[in-house]
Amino acid sequence: MTEPVLSVRNLQVEFASRRGTLRAIDGVSFDIAKGEVLGVVGESGAGKSVTGLSVIGLIDPPGRIAGGEIHLAGLRIDNLPPEEMRRVRGKRIGMIFQDPLTSLNPLYRIGDQIVETIRTHLDLSEQAARRRAIDLLAEVGIPAPEKRIDGYPHEFSGGMRQRVVIALAICAEPELIIADEPTTALDVSVQAQIISLIKRLGRDHGTAVMLVTHDMGVIAETSDRVAVMYAGRIAEIGPVQDVVKNPLHPYAKGLMGAIPTLAGDDKRLVQIPGSMPRLSAIPRGCSFNPRCAFAFDRCRVERPEPLPRGAQSVACHLYDSVPAESAA
Amino acid sequence: MSDAVVQHKVEQRGPREARPSWLKRALDSDLFYSFRRSRITMIAAAVTLLFFLVAIFASWLAVQNPFDPAQLQLMNSRIAPLWTADGQSPFLLGTDEQGRDVFSAILYGLRISLVVGILGVLFSGALGILLGLTAGYFGGAVDGLIMRVADVQLSFPAILIALLINGIAKSALGNKLDEMSMLGVLVLAIGLSFWVQYARTVRGSVMVEKNKDYVAAAQLIGLPAPVIMLRHVLPNTMGPILVIATINLALAIITEATLSFLGSGMPETMPSLGTLIRIGNNYLFAGEWWIVAFPGFALAALILSINLLGDWLRDALNPKLR
Amino acid sequence: MLAFTLRRAIQAIGVMIAVGIIAFSMFRFAGDPVNQMVSLDTSGAERAAIRQSLGLDDPVIVQFGRYVGNAAQFKFGISYQFRLPVTDLLMERMPATLELAICATIFAMVCGILMGVYSALRRDTWLAHAFQAISLIGISLPTFLIGILLIYLFSVTLGWLPSFGRGEVVHIGWWTTGLLTLSGLKALIMPSITLGLFQMTLIMRLVRAEMLEVMRTDYIRFARARGLTTRAIHFGHALRNTLVPVITVAGLQFGSVIAFAIITETVFQWPGMGLLFVQAVQNVDIPIMAAYLMMVSLIFVTINLVVDILYTIVDPRLRSTVSRAH
Repeated sequence: MTEPVLSVRNLQVEFASRRGTLRAIDGVSFDIAKGEVLGVVGESGAGKSVTGLSVIGLIDPPGRIAGGEIHLAGLRIDNLPPEEMRRVRGKRIGMIFQDPLTSLNPLYRIGDQIVETIRTHLDLSEQAARRRAIDLLAEVGIPAPEKRIDGYPHEFSGGMRQRVVIALAICAEPELIIADEPTTALDVSVQAQIISLIKRLGRDHGTAVMLVTHDMGVIAETSDRVAVMYAGRIAEIGPVQDVVKNPLHPYAKGLMGAIPTLAGDDKRLVQIPGSMPRLSAIPRGCSFNPRCAFAFDRCRVERPEPLPRGAQSVACHLYDSVPAESAA
Repeated sequence: MSDAVVQHKVEQRGPREARPSWLKRALDSDLFYSFRRSRITMIAAAVTLLFFLVAIFASWLAVQNPFDPAQLQLMNSRIAPLWTADGQSPFLLGTDEQGRDVFSAILYGLRISLVVGILGVLFSGALGILLGLTAGYFGGAVDGLIMRVADVQLSFPAILIALLINGIAKSALGNKLDEMSMLGVLVLAIGLSFWVQYARTVRGSVMVEKNKDYVAAAQLIGLPAPVIMLRHVLPNTMGPILVIATINLALAIITEATLSFLGSGMPETMPSLGTLIRIGNNYLFAGEWWIVAFPGFALAALILSINLLGDWLRDALNPKLR
Repeated sequence: MLAFTLRRAIQAIGVMIAVGIIAFSMFRFAGDPVNQMVSLDTSGAERAAIRQSLGLDDPVIVQFGRYVGNAAQFKFGISYQFRLPVTDLLMERMPATLELAICATIFAMVCGILMGVYSALRRDTWLAHAFQAISLIGISLPTFLIGILLIYLFSVTLGWLPSFGRGEVVHIGWWTTGLLTLSGLKALIMPSITLGLFQMTLIMRLVRAEMLEVMRTDYIRFARARGLTTRAIHFGHALRNTLVPVITVAGLQFGSVIAFAIITETVFQWPGMGLLFVQAVQNVDIPIMAAYLMMVSLIFVTINLVVDILYTIVDPRLRSTVSRAH
């Protein structure tokens, strides 16, 4: 197997606060291969966005990467000096944020912003960069790009602006795109277009995509594999059909049960009781145990580690064939 | 920037739980917590308190009444501070041209400055709250008129307005005013210069409350809406008003001092800190620095302390801004 | 865009009319102008003659019309103190005030923006803390105290700079300038700093707050995610977005600078309009007070108008919403 584009190993992210250190990400590991789309799903606060931000090196103080390693095509990037990391951002990793309305500087023409980014990373003349910018705008589906390039962000609709943001993210041919809730702020009718655009771009350029969202429907439609996050950990990760059709982790089961299907009207939508714990009050053992219908003694004292289960991997004691001695 | 609406933080408290004493609650509050955490605020509060006490007890602390010409002796004029070679007891900070003890003059001047400042703030606050309530409650043309005046006035510096009002009052009442009416004119000038911020804050709050259901409900059961609204609007705006008032106290004192320094404020027979600085400024070149330096220092320390308190209050009542 | 400008211009004229009414009422009702002009032993007949000649017996509305008509031609009557046309007195002193105000504004803008940017970007350095302390002192120290302090330091103690006046001035037409002689420039230093210090702290605080606000926005985060250099993010994106509100405030503040010059001019005996105004207030010279009020209001209103138009040029969002609205 070839080397994955992105390899995250045992990532830990901490935030220092007045009430002590909070661990937002606790031992997350995953890979993304070339051309693959990994969906990262979970409730808000599960650590999806923080994972994306740590990969691109934009965790702001008081947050910091406290442990683990991040490799981009073999290069370790979690401990790069700021200036070298800056060169990686935009050039080798592109990022798309949630809100296209606020992602663009309102005072600059979109062309200026694209040309600025291109020329930061590629050795191109002003004219060449501008031609490339027009091509990019055409590629992301902006009509009449040679005219629209001189428009200001407020002259574009939300969906068009997100296309501009995507053009900005791919303008230096990155190996990896991190899309953080790219459709949440958009109209439902536009969401599908943006999703298929991201998918197409990933396929055409062989780019790896990390798609962060809370929308399981989007993931089912787009992703090759999916990682389900809960309270700063990956509960389950695996090929998207497997996880959707046959979720293993009780939380993933609940999550899949929460997707309405057209055919499956025979079952009621399942609801997971309770809510995700706050970072300051993560329970001992498995963080899901207070909400879990299958929890047993071990879940309350010992944290489950990921276990391979076919193509899937699940962090749940239910699947541990050799129960360890009770710690108590 | 300065007229940003400051959100008031309402302390949450369970219904009908045993209420601790007033003092205990005050000591438990977030406000007191942030106060204890900021050493500079505590120092500022102590200095402000000291100034108030000194002003209140000026007649006990002073060695002479600087407003009483009979107590001033020309042979004592222009004595240097006590610790210098030419110092003479009991003139701790030296004397001025007329033999006035600088220390005593500062105490009495401080009293004048604080009285004018506080009265000015009270007057402008009352005026502003009243106009704000009127504008917010009636809306329409009344609101338009009041707020237009406010807009225009806000674009002119308060000192210019105060100077103009001062000049008009002088010409209306005759050029020579006695000390007490001058004090009144200053309060009037300051009050009329600083009402806008209060009016805007109160008006905004009234506008919000006006459309709430309880007002309609109150009207439905025959309660007078203005009374009901007042009881909701005033507590809601108390925090912001307190912040504005504190910062405006510093501004009012500066304005009074400036007017007096320009010769349009308190006369030399009843000097405020600003008047003292104006008098002292004339002797700067003769090397008699103490006549201006100490009143100047007192004024600066007073304003700085009040400003620090105001800044802290603003931050403490509005955690969002920090 | 044109309609917007026109609407603002009409508003400006409205303000000027309001100020005109105030100035006229001062002139007409605050004390009897005749009493101000004559000595105690002037006979009743002479007083009546003067009343007649001033048109004080005409209906108020006629007098107001005449006042506004004259004011529009910059005729503000005769000063009680100097027995000279107020317009001449003001025009003679205007260059001094404008030069001072412009120098003070430049000083305030340059230092304020530099200090603000620095203290926003290097938030926890000792220099940033020092700037914060300076800003607090700048806001707390009354202008006249700063002036006195500077005079004591640089004139009395060190003897480097003159403590009063404009130094040698050069006449260029009716304009007089102190910018072309060494003594004129030296005389400008302390008054400019005194006058500009308050604005400087204001601009610094504003730049710092705005910059911190902008640095938190999504488009700065996205600019970082695009891998732009720190320099491009700070100065290309953050500073430019910060400067939009700063230009507005600084522009609007120019009017206040002219008004605040009253204090600075008194401290430094600077022969400008402010000093004239202070003397007028002390001597109840209503024509000068009224004329000064009108002049300063005119400057204010003009600046407001210019800033509004400038704003639409700097901020493209405003430009198009404004033109789209009509």
